[in-house]
Amino acid sequence: MGKTIAEKIFETHLVDQPFGEVNVLRLDRVFCHEITTPTAIQDLVARGKDRVFDPDKIKAVIDHVTPAKDSKTALQGKILRDWAHRHKITDFFDIGRNGVCHAIFPEKGFVRPGFTIIMGDSHTCTHGAFGAFAAGVGTTDLEVGILKGVCAFQKPDTLKIEITGQLRPGVFAKDVILEVIRQISVNGATNQVIEFAGPVVDAMTMEGRMTLSNMAVEAGATSGICRPDSVTVEYLWPFIKDEYPDRQAALEDFSRFMPDADAVYADHTIIDVSDLPPLVTFGYKPDNVKPVSNMAGTRVDQVYIGSCTNGRIEDLRVAARVVAGKKIADSVRAIVSPATPDVFSRALEEGLIKIFMDAGFCVTNPTCGACLGMSNGVLASGEVAAATTNRNFNGRMGKGGMVHLMSPATAAATALTGTITNSHLFEQ
Amino acid sequence: MTSFSGNTLCLDRSDINTDEIIPARYLTEIEKTVMGPHLMEDLELEGFDPKQDLQGIGVLVTRENFGCGSSREHAPWALEANGIHVVIAESFARIFRQNMYNCGMLAIALDSRDIDRIFKAAEKTAVHVSVEVNASEIQVTADQKTWTISFAISEFDKALVKAGGWVEYADKNY
Ligand code: SF4
Repeated sequence: MGKTIAEKIFETHLVDQPFGEVNVLRLDRVFCHEITTPTAIQDLVARGKDRVFDPDKIKAVIDHVTPAKDSKTALQGKILRDWAHRHKITDFFDIGRNGVCHAIFPEKGFVRPGFTIIMGDSHTCTHGAFGAFAAGVGTTDLEVGILKGVCAFQKPDTLKIEITGQLRPGVFAKDVILEVIRQISVNGATNQVIEFAGPVVDAMTMEGRMTLSNMAVEAGATSGICRPDSVTVEYLWPFIKDEYPDRQAALEDFSRFMPDADAVYADHTIIDVSDLPPLVTFGYKPDNVKPVSNMAGTRVDQVYIGSCTNGRIEDLRVAARVVAGKKIADSVRAIVSPATPDVFSRALEEGLIKIFMDAGFCVTNPTCGACLGMSNGVLASGEVAAATTNRNFNGRMGKGGMVHLMSPATAAATALTGTITNSHLFEQ
Repeated sequence: MTSFSGNTLCLDRSDINTDEIIPARYLTEIEKTVMGPHLMEDLELEGFDPKQDLQGIGVLVTRENFGCGSSREHAPWALEANGIHVVIAESFARIFRQNMYNCGMLAIALDSRDIDRIFKAAEKTAVHVSVEVNASEIQVTADQKTWTISFAISEFDKALVKAGGWVEYADKNY
């Protein structure tokens, strides 16, 4: 019987199957940030188990609130920093070198097809874009991952989502994933792995695939996996060029993790996106999704372009194309937060930062910031945000605030008018 | 622990998310117990007042996909700090469910008829629930009537609850 990508990864990482019920997997990477890791560290210390399974496989970053905004967040950063130094975790990214976890770790080349990855963060599924099994976990799973390098998972039932057709101009990976979530619902992939396939995914850049995989958890999925291919190899090449004689050899090696032709899926959904318009969420659940044109004219107070979903260089390029030479509406505040220092400096070199600043945007340092309503653009009660982030829960960007999720192009167009608007990149 | 009991609070909504259980603004806390007073303070549900309704509660009963959203284990901790060690729902988001067992607490899925019956009883009177993990049985008492519901729990989850959580279990076994 054929196997899915996740089944192949599980097979190659299996350590134990307690009671024949769950799969304890060996981990290739444990990623850490300063919100969920300090409690794990403190608990390990309290238990007299202040150890790490392998400092080279652990990568840590301060990203959620950075620079620290108060004494409490400063302490969270300090606990992580001291721990990283104490255990010689050399890949630790502190202020000046830090960025949003799910953007900076792939950028540094820490992810490979076939890897198992956990992090105390639900959007860890992002790394599935590389053909890895990457899952968000709670603090206790993280703690065991740090200590023992293992994590337990149920059998990875896989939902295959095939994206067919061709995207219209002005329609992006973000619109595709919003459509997927709209169709299968916030509960549609709970306890399942999504495997993305089809010509539209094959044609996406790694940035686009990361946007796609990033929001798999918003449909409840454990991980959202894209097939490793030549696009994956090209992205990773600077990091793997010493390991393989050439790109073809790397591709052949990665193809070990391609799904078998006769792989068995729990379900198979085909979505043709040829007629898909730009989409936006309404309400407080990520599956409340409508065409932008149906929401046109909805007033917003703040526009936020950034986060692990859409804070990468491609996203900034698209947004800058929309705002170039124009000014944001007087009624709106607009914030752009490049996801990593590398994204920031590239945006600087390419003149994007100037475009944003001339248009009236505030440009922040790389951080999660306003995405989860902890800093750098928290909403007041009753305010409305247009955001390129991934979660529109009630109060997500500030108590009493409302969030509409959309692509960077739509967010940029919305900044110009102050109301939810299709970008000129999309022709009706 | 292998048995849990308490009075129930019924929350009649699906997809209650982790931001509603414990808002992100409290994620700067590093002491688990500090979450206690903030449990579900942002949950807007008709007739629900977190300040009053959580008093003396040991068991939460709710609908589908409870705990969706963020991976924050602060959600189970906030429940634990309020003496709530059991959540009964039609279904759970994966990470929340795992976090509960990893902390040695229970996230029990029942079918909608069993949940409906508890909701119905709770409309009129206080409902008390006691859970026996070894027997995989829940005893529900309302208005002097008691009925038993069996629930599915894997041997692995049982082992986690008995060991007091995943850290102890994993450190012993791996
Ligand atoms: S950018 Fe937002 S969703 Fe992404 S890791 Fe940071 S807080 Fe979470």
